[in-house]
Amino acid sequence: MSMDNTLGGDGFLTTKLDALVNWGRSNALWPMPMGLACCAIEMMAFAGPKYDAARFGSEVMRFSPRQSDVMIVAGWCTYKMSHAIRRVWDQMPDPKWCIAMGACASTGGMHRCYGVVQGVDNFLPVDVYISGCPPRPESLLNALMQIQEKIRNEHTLKLDA
Amino acid sequence: MAKESVLAVSKDVQSKFTDAVLGTAEHAGDHILIVHRDYVHDVLKFLKEEHHFIYLADIVAADRFTEDDRFEVIYNLMSLRDQHRIFVKTRVPEDNPVVPTATDIWKGANWNEREAYDMFGITFQGHPDPRRIFMPEDFKYHPLRKEFPLIGVPGSLELPNTNPDAE
Repeated sequence: MSMDNTLGGDGFLTTKLDALVNWGRSNALWPMPMGLACCAIEMMAFAGPKYDAARFGSEVMRFSPRQSDVMIVAGWCTYKMSHAIRRVWDQMPDPKWCIAMGACASTGGMHRCYGVVQGVDNFLPVDVYISGCPPRPESLLNALMQIQEKIRNEHTLKLDA
Repeated sequence: MAKESVLAVSKDVQSKFTDAVLGTAEHAGDHILIVHRDYVHDVLKFLKEEHHFIYLADIVAADRFTEDDRFEVIYNLMSLRDQHRIFVKTRVPEDNPVVPTATDIWKGANWNEREAYDMFGITFQGHPDPRRIFMPEDFKYHPLRKEFPLIGVPGSLELPNTNPDAE
């Protein structure tokens, strides 16, 4: 099907700006991999060819927070590390999202101990929590799709009152 | 030179330091010497110089949670020449948990002793750098002591500021 036919033969289409912007944002969610423990291994599988996050536009793991949209906190987080993570998070440009991957990032998990933060939501605004220890790559894909769904239902434009 | 057995080493220590050795034990094929705190430095030095325990594998502490001699410092020594280990234990009371440092015998004792100080509050007399090693310097507790709560003391460790734009 040629582009002419798609666009009704006249070379333009009408849509809502929200729909267009959300379509763009939701299909190019570049992850900031915050791999802290064994969950990071599953996160690598998620990015690799078998599970293929590229299908959702998330294949580019950005190791610079300036270029990232979604932070995947994969693993248990100590109080010492929490300061570094929050610093990276603060350097990410808006709009940004956060996935707490696995039991440890979500609640502290089995690390019920003085040095481990009992859930990264103590210092990060988490959008999606993934259960599992570690979660399978499919779960991470599901979390990514949940974030895409969330973005598609957002109003991206704010009108000045 | 014939290999020396660890039992012979133990016998030699007991004959040289008659008052120092409070007891011996065997566990899982390892030989353990329990040494009085006042002599532990001499015993360690003797083991290194006379019996070739040149490798200090580890120093660990334990909280026995007893009325007397609550804390225990355990030196895990290894002789590379004779291929055996010996464990030297010394016990210290809760109100005066001080042990002489082993950093002048093995330099590697430095960080092990700092860890034991951080986790249990045992002071190593003569240590060149007696700071905490894991926990923040202003942390008030010793986390591996039995009375320390498993989940920690709420608010004792700082979380990052979640409102970076506010002054």
